[in-house]
Amino acid sequence: MDLIDGMATLLSRYDVLAAFWMTVKLTFVAAIGSLLIGTIVAILRVAPVGVLQAFGTVYVHAIRNTPLTLIVFFCAFGFMNTMGWSIASPESPTSIADNNFWFGVIGLSIYHAAFVAEALRSGINTVPTGQAEAARAIGLSFMPALANVILPQAFRGAIAPLGTTLIALTKNTTVLATIGVAELSYIMSGMLEFNISLLFAIFVLIALAFVILTLPMGFFFTWLSRRLVVAR
Amino acid sequence: MSNQSVLFDAPGPRAKILYGIVGTVGVLILLGFAAIVIIALGNPDNSQWAADKWLTLLKPVTWTAYLLPGLWATLSAAVVSIVLAGVLGLLLGLGRLSSITIVNRVCGVLVEFLRAVPVLVMMLFAYYVAIFALGIYGPTATFFGVVTGLTLYNGSVIAELLRSGVESLPKGQREASMAVGMTHTQTLISVLLPQAVTAMLPSLVSQLIVVVKDTALGYMISYSELLRKAQTFATPNANLIPTLMVVAVMFIIINFSLSLLANRLERRLRRSRKGPRVVVTADAVADPTTEPATK
Repeated sequence: MDLIDGMATLLSRYDVLAAFWMTVKLTFVAAIGSLLIGTIVAILRVAPVGVLQAFGTVYVHAIRNTPLTLIVFFCAFGFMNTMGWSIASPESPTSIADNNFWFGVIGLSIYHAAFVAEALRSGINTVPTGQAEAARAIGLSFMPALANVILPQAFRGAIAPLGTTLIALTKNTTVLATIGVAELSYIMSGMLEFNISLLFAIFVLIALAFVILTLPMGFFFTWLSRRLVVAR
Repeated sequence: MSNQSVLFDAPGPRAKILYGIVGTVGVLILLGFAAIVIIALGNPDNSQWAADKWLTLLKPVTWTAYLLPGLWATLSAAVVSIVLAGVLGLLLGLGRLSSITIVNRVCGVLVEFLRAVPVLVMMLFAYYVAIFALGIYGPTATFFGVVTGLTLYNGSVIAELLRSGVESLPKGQREASMAVGMTHTQTLISVLLPQAVTAMLPSLVSQLIVVVKDTALGYMISYSELLRKAQTFATPNANLIPTLMVVAVMFIIINFSLSLLANRLERRLRRSRKGPRVVVTADAVADPTTEPATK
């Protein structure tokens, strides 16, 4: 019962719910961002123009092999501190926190876009050759064929790896603690500093929060990928 | 559709012109992005392109005192973690394949839990366990935190790899060894595991890439890995951006060579006649549809 008491104490002392909500928000916004960038990169990688293909390939390899922490640093210290860019209005009282949030989201989106692009490419690989040939045979050129025939099927084939990427993204929002976004791992390190006697309760509380988020996601995407699989 | 050139025809004269235009516009857009970033980084108050910010990076002391020790800390933590994760993964994987229901269930729940919790959360926990419960301080505590966090997470990933490796082996292997009178455990240890482990070698190397990248999370518990060392070096010199660029290139070179190695291993295994016919790639595990439901 110590564990429950400890968790109750923590919940009363810290705004865990706000941190949880922050993690959810980060995941949601960065998921949209990475889906957008990732789709563009995937299209570039299969495009008939050599330069664009090369860019897509370099993007995926460079980003996948760089630690997320480093990319987030680039966004936070590079765009924000060095270049002096700002997304939130400087007058707003929460402008620093807002800027950290948005540059963190940009970093997360850039990083996970590489994985989304790879997932989509594997999805494109599940589309039979005949689909592309048929699309060309009725006179569709590259972009219409991609947009109307290939990509819709590719997305359905890529649900499972996209789900894996989303789960990874949820867990990777913790990296933003390094630039001070008040999400779950940030609040966890604050708790640990002042309540070390509740060490175990803190870990269980935060770990549970992530289990609550990621476990249903896993089940949902498994269900979705089975439901949306293109019968061939 | 492995050959993506089927997506488009061989270009005729009109398509060639169109591709040329699209290519040029694409390059112009990319150059535009690059120019915006380069100009913004060179803003007059604090230009990151100033020669002295880059020249300090060439001094031997930068490398001997900061970047190389940082690289060593990153790589040593990564190697220790992947070895320990291999051991843990073997134990958990064997547990999941066990015929004893309770062992099977416990290992299943443990693997799912470890995979659901972020590495950083486990690192923070392990770091404070080291300080609070084990009475270790300083660099040993941070190393313990990083290695424990990475081991727990990657151990669970390797356990899944092992399981999908064993499950992807031809059924005849198990049946044949049962037929010659081996027990379940004997079959597992002397027939299935050796083949599964060979089959998963490429994905173990790919997992090492994940480990190398995740050591950078040690920044949060002030483990003096490459990124923290780079920041310690850059703060007095006010050249964080150039330093980060150099560090990024270092990471990319290391991880890209590892991924080339993984690809080569995979090709060799696929070619090999006597080896197992199946090769477990990371996708096999990343793909939840291939996993039977755990509960």
